[in-house]
Amino acid sequence: MANALVFIDNPGAALKKSSLELLTIARSLGETAVALTGELSDDVAATLGAYGATTVYRPSTDDLDNYLVGPKAAYLAAVAATSGATAVLLDNSPEGKEIAGRLGIKLNAGVITDVVGVEPDGTAHKSVLAGSYNTSAKATTAVTVLSVKANNVEPAPAGEASVPATTTVDVPGDAVAGSARISARAEKPVSGRPDLSEARIVVAGGRGVDGDFGPLEELADALGAAVGASRAATDAGWIGHDAQVGQTGVTVSPQLYISAGISGAIQQKAGMQTSKVIVAVNKDAESPVFEIADYGIIGDLFKVIPQATAEIKKRKG
Amino acid sequence: MEETLKIVVLVKHVPDAQFDRHITGPANTTDREESILSELDEYALEAALQLAEERGGPKAGNEVIALSMGPSGAVNAVKKSLQIGAYSGVHLSDDALAGSDAAATSLALAAAIRHISADGRPVDLVLTGMASTDGETSLVPAQLAERLSLPQVTFASSLEIAGGQVTARRDAGPYSETIEAALPAVVSVTDQINEPRYPNFKGILAAKKKKITSLTLSDIGVDASQVGLAGSWTVVESAEARPPRTAGTIITDEGDAGIKLVDFLAAQKLL
Repeated sequence: MANALVFIDNPGAALKKSSLELLTIARSLGETAVALTGELSDDVAATLGAYGATTVYRPSTDDLDNYLVGPKAAYLAAVAATSGATAVLLDNSPEGKEIAGRLGIKLNAGVITDVVGVEPDGTAHKSVLAGSYNTSAKATTAVTVLSVKANNVEPAPAGEASVPATTTVDVPGDAVAGSARISARAEKPVSGRPDLSEARIVVAGGRGVDGDFGPLEELADALGAAVGASRAATDAGWIGHDAQVGQTGVTVSPQLYISAGISGAIQQKAGMQTSKVIVAVNKDAESPVFEIADYGIIGDLFKVIPQATAEIKKRKG
Repeated sequence: MEETLKIVVLVKHVPDAQFDRHITGPANTTDREESILSELDEYALEAALQLAEERGGPKAGNEVIALSMGPSGAVNAVKKSLQIGAYSGVHLSDDALAGSDAAATSLALAAAIRHISADGRPVDLVLTGMASTDGETSLVPAQLAERLSLPQVTFASSLEIAGGQVTARRDAGPYSETIEAALPAVVSVTDQINEPRYPNFKGILAAKKKKITSLTLSDIGVDASQVGLAGSWTVVESAEARPPRTAGTIITDEGDAGIKLVDFLAAQKLL
């Protein structure tokens, strides 16, 4: 009987780093099983084994992808019941949180979102009110459902690899009835840069970039960073909405956040103030971002950023 | 003319994010002094008003009902919604609701929506924002849909309703998706969907004449033990204010700030 169950939605050819992090946390809670959707490649199966998964559950139908949230929650509830897991871990993506929410109602289980750490007894740590408080929370129910933010643990394989058993779980027949159907799906353009919410380094621009993200993209590529933006920049149409860091966009917590031409109003601060190190470049010495920056440069980003990019390239050879 | 709609918009009274926000009391709950209508709910209200107006507004029989759950101050979120344009309001308030987590909140809201459905015609659409600006869990729309056994169409960045069907665009994940569901449904909208209107003088005056219905738990058939701290499935055991970030080194560019920046990154082992 598994203690922890990790939900992995369509892993594709290889597991994402965030999935490896979930598996690492799950193992600290006890015997780990995986509820998978989509294809299970040999590589993915081997990685799941290397990270200590003893059982991989798969749905009896491949139709789950055509529906939003509800049927996946029904499948996961069925796996939770079969596996006997007392903790269910999911990604903290919008859909991950929503599946967690519906699963919680189905299982009469407390749900904790935006988790940054989990104790062996199931106590979860999170940061709330835009990073201004650290709280610890616990479910009072038999099963705990946790959606865990990326980048908070270092993925580590198990000491001993296992060969997970594969079991098919029946998805309840009524799971798709009355659910919202996905009638069309288009892949978003891929930048080749790391995913914003998972990136170790984020380079972000705001009003001050004045329509030209070029210098920031070059710095990001020199650092292997993701590119983010303030709401002012996405609203101006200079960069896609997906790049928005802030209260209504992505919340990031990277090792390094480089903010260029962003004043640092509360909306933006809410999305990045738990970053480990913050660097700010802004022409205006009065910008609020300087109040929270570990290293601030009052200057023209169009001079400072390209100079830094050139220097990094030089040092990296 | 499209079929008319009865729409419930969930509106939440949240601490103003422009000021410092605090967690207080034995149950580590959010201090709700200095609260306002959650900014993200204004997009849901605007979407509701547009859908109703396309169908002839209140005269044609459309309803846009702003529903808020919370202590006495939460009625202000309803009043603000009426000023912006909601046709009527419902305020669900009961001392026993204090400290409700998302599961308990969704239980109470589901019961309130059933109550509103029983009063006149059934509700066709429940509209919400993408998250509250205080809890930010985004759980309530999903949990409400589960409790009401309704399809959820969440994080909609566009929304159309025709022939009893909702069609929405969702860009929240790695894909851009088109979502379809039959009414009734729970729909949450993002801040990309529209530009919310501001209340004008006429709207503020008109709001005074609009009806606000007050509901308690007994009105909606919910027992006190099902909600509040007693009915919640999670507890916040501790809350500590994070030490405020302090400013570090600030320099003014004298032509070599880019190099100094790289020196700083190297010293922090970030290269």
